[in-house]
Amino acid sequence: MSDIRNLIIIGSGPAGYTAAVYAARANLRPLVIEGAQAGGALMTTTEVENFPGFPDGIMGPELMDSMRKQAERFGAELITDDVSAVDLTGPVKRVWIGQQEYQAHAVILATGSAWRPLNVPGEQEYLGHGVSSCATCDGFFFRGQPIAVVGGGDSAMEEATFLTRFAESVTIVHRRDEFRASKIMAERALANPKIRVRWNSVVSAVLGADGKVTGVRLRDTKTGEDSTLDVKGVFVAIGHDPRSELFRGQVDMDENGYILVSAPSSRTNVPGVFAAGDLVDHTYQQAITAAGTGCTAALDAERYLAALPD
Amino acid sequence: MGATKAVTDATFASEVLQSDTPVLVDFWAEWCGPCLRVAPVLEEIATEMGDKVKVVKLDIDANPNTARDYQVLSVPTLTVFKGGQPVQSVAGARPKGDLVRLIESAL
Repeated sequence: MSDIRNLIIIGSGPAGYTAAVYAARANLRPLVIEGAQAGGALMTTTEVENFPGFPDGIMGPELMDSMRKQAERFGAELITDDVSAVDLTGPVKRVWIGQQEYQAHAVILATGSAWRPLNVPGEQEYLGHGVSSCATCDGFFFRGQPIAVVGGGDSAMEEATFLTRFAESVTIVHRRDEFRASKIMAERALANPKIRVRWNSVVSAVLGADGKVTGVRLRDTKTGEDSTLDVKGVFVAIGHDPRSELFRGQVDMDENGYILVSAPSSRTNVPGVFAAGDLVDHTYQQAITAAGTGCTAALDAERYLAALPD
Repeated sequence: MGATKAVTDATFASEVLQSDTPVLVDFWAEWCGPCLRVAPVLEEIATEMGDKVKVVKLDIDANPNTARDYQVLSVPTLTVFKGGQPVQSVAGARPKGDLVRLIESAL
């Protein structure tokens, strides 16, 4: 175990890959442990219209592939697997994938955020059998069927709009009486003739029979009244939570699990540990802001490494 | 090309259902980002565990019948077949360790 690297980057996505591009160009030869969901949230999106430099838009997976190739070109080493444990507290950081241990002087945390489940009866049971977190993966299977999208943010709008390509109808179920999505996304969804909205409604159960979804039970948040919506597919887009469980107890985080950094730097409370992207940012959560903080983290790590005694 | 093999509606019975060894089937599609990411992991598994399990890929666009027969409603769906029957299945991309455990639990 004498092989101590300069830098390990945990996570991919715009933050991890941008950090990798910068660190690799600085000759740090970073090891990027991408995670099984390599590429991050953009891997399950369709067209990204707001990443500067792509006037005609670019597909999320294509953008991630390009960033990944760019990191590889400068010598980043990539592993597509999940980290199972870390010990970040000492001067040498230890990172495990199963039994395999990797060591480095510095670590950048960029694990992003994970899909938030509804946590209602039936959801887990029918996950992959009508309940989905990924419209671009699973929308195809609901050709000509009625489906529901749960949520009111940009991802819910994007999924609902995308799903109209396949579905007979898309019902957006939202707990409030207005969307928090950006105006352009909300207006596009509301203008779509296949989309209708159940305002002030929450899903209280996913219903099914013979291993398939048959509908959802809704509760009206104003009247408390229960009703049933017959759908074959349920796409859940109520938000994301930071994927910081691995780092709990080692790195300071807020009450929601977002890693705390001394902004505008990416430094955490642990020397040699930096954090970037949606793991830190509960406010902006954009591809371009994640890429920006990924860059910051690589530069911070580079300076930290340069200042270490030989 | 690698250690995995493409199967179709036409070859599913001979390659999977009648296989002497257990078979991991990757129900996938070209337009599915997570599918593209799990592909290299499956190549590794096919190479490393080739004596215990066969790893095959079924493109659900080109081969809708098999996907429908097994009620695939998500891609990627990764299913282990043994003795002509599906015995273990997961939907969504998973880390390598999870897939190895899935296969081993079905052997």
